[in-house]
Amino acid sequence: MRRLWALLALAVLAGPARAEMPAECQVARHLVEDSPRLAGVTAAIAGRHLNVLVLGAGSSVLPGKGGANLAYPERLRLALAEALPGVAVTVTTDVIPHRTAATMVDALAVDLDRTKPDLLVWQTGTVDAMESVDRDQFNQALERGVGIAEAAGADVILINAQYSPRTESMIALGSYAEIMRWVAAQHEIPLFDRFAVMKLWADLGTFDFFSTTKKLDTAGRVHDCIGRLVATLVVDAARPPAQGGQ
Amino acid sequence: MAPVTTERDLRLDLFRGLALWLIFLDHIPSNAVSWITIRNYGFSDATEIFVFISGYTAAFVYGRAMRQHGFIVASARILKRAWQIYVAHVFLFAIYLAEIAYVAHSFDNPLFTEEMGVLDFLRNPDVTIIQALLLKFKPVNMDVLPLYIMLLVGFSPVLWLLLRSPSFALIASAILYALMYKFSWNISAYPSGVWVFNPFAWQLLFVFGAWCALGGAKRLAPFLSSRVTLALAAAYLAFAFFVAMTWYFPRVATFLPRIIGDNIYPIDKTNLDILRILHFLALAVIVVNFVPRDWPALRSVWCEPAIICGQHSLAIFCLGVFLAFAGHFVFTEVSNRLLTHVIVSVAGIAVMVATAAVLAWYKNIERGPRPPTVKPGLAGGDA
Repeated sequence: MRRLWALLALAVLAGPARAEMPAECQVARHLVEDSPRLAGVTAAIAGRHLNVLVLGAGSSVLPGKGGANLAYPERLRLALAEALPGVAVTVTTDVIPHRTAATMVDALAVDLDRTKPDLLVWQTGTVDAMESVDRDQFNQALERGVGIAEAAGADVILINAQYSPRTESMIALGSYAEIMRWVAAQHEIPLFDRFAVMKLWADLGTFDFFSTTKKLDTAGRVHDCIGRLVATLVVDAARPPAQGGQ
Repeated sequence: MAPVTTERDLRLDLFRGLALWLIFLDHIPSNAVSWITIRNYGFSDATEIFVFISGYTAAFVYGRAMRQHGFIVASARILKRAWQIYVAHVFLFAIYLAEIAYVAHSFDNPLFTEEMGVLDFLRNPDVTIIQALLLKFKPVNMDVLPLYIMLLVGFSPVLWLLLRSPSFALIASAILYALMYKFSWNISAYPSGVWVFNPFAWQLLFVFGAWCALGGAKRLAPFLSSRVTLALAAAYLAFAFFVAMTWYFPRVATFLPRIIGDNIYPIDKTNLDILRILHFLALAVIVVNFVPRDWPALRSVWCEPAIICGQHSLAIFCLGVFLAFAGHFVFTEVSNRLLTHVIVSVAGIAVMVATAAVLAWYKNIERGPRPPTVKPGLAGGDA
């Protein structure tokens, strides 16, 4: 159902391109619009220093030697630096595969202390769904993580699971995605709906998620787009209200 | 003891059959056709219908057995049924293993390294297979049968009580539901977490179905047909529909007062949220008011496909789970176009109907030349 609406929305909204994003990223542009504001990031940009912490598990990195450079945290840094000339952008990552939300929260306090970020980008949900972690515990872990990040003065963005068609009948993402959406709404923080973005790409044939490969070319382009789209979300959500809107 | 009509209520078969179709459509991941299923338009989905009707038919079939042959015989039959469902579940698990093993062997993509980790359990089959046999490890979409097994295993004493004091049994069930919420009771699962369908919660709907079968429906009849009830049910369905629309059109959400959102979410399927129960009840009120028991269409050729599926619910449910695996396999291996989604969905339902027809035929020849009236009153087919 969502995909039909997405396609419809795309047909209606396909206005002129704004940023110089590759067309393959641009098709999902409408999915990162109208996010809640990121006041801390607005202030950081005004102060010409934006410090981002990416907390994530295995889908925030790509394998191999060049993997870290191709993965979305680094692409996010490049896209932010390009979109925010004159602002010193740093991105620190704490990315270790196969971590549940609760495990990441345990690491988060140290990370926050060490990096003092203006913005936490938190990718989670996949491993919890794979291990069918108790939904209440997942919910509480999210609440706790968002809580300590906000208490440490950081804005927060959540990133949900990837759309992975081959494993779709083996990982029940649904309720975990709903809990993330719910926590984001409760705290009025942006949710980068990576699942919807990748699902749209799969439906439109933008990227092929079905074929078997060991090469990083498609994976690199996908992560590049995700980095750019997260950057777009951040820049839009940090635009001061006076200049807000379209 | 409450008198029970022995005439077959085809509405049960019809709606259980429809529920099986919807469960099949919902079980194929990212199936575009699943936008027609009821879960997209309100809080409850086909699971509620399935569990309620299963409780209804179980009480109907085994209630008579318990009256005629006593507690021991009826309990033995209930446990035999639970065993059949267990065997069916293990059979489905074998098919699931085959699918997983195939994907693990044939698929590789650096983008999905993390997700492929879900296949790691193939490396220690000793643990996972035992956990699966213990009903602790339950792959995606294979949660309904273990729930059904648990509900049947605990059903004999409940049925005994229902036959003596229906109201007390129903109140006890509601108390168990309330205690479940108070103390967060559930059964633990493997490798972590708890059962996706909490038996302590879902038993309420099963027992309520059983209660209705044993005379409760008759007692509720005046209440169900009142205009006030009908209006309340319609209003609640409209409210749920509006809330459901906010999931698809975020802009609609701005019309939903924050206080409502704060109070209704998250709508918990695992513990059978009260909003889901109410939604199911509202649907049931509408159905009993607009689909009378003697509705002529129930005997028409249009309803027959769903009715025969509903009469062979265990086999057709298992087939549906298998077909959902197969359908997803077609999406990933062959084509993922909208047309494929439609073809796979329609073909899957056709296979379910054809199989049900064959099963009905078997039942007929195995029963021999006796007229089917010898075995009257199997309301709702098998239990």
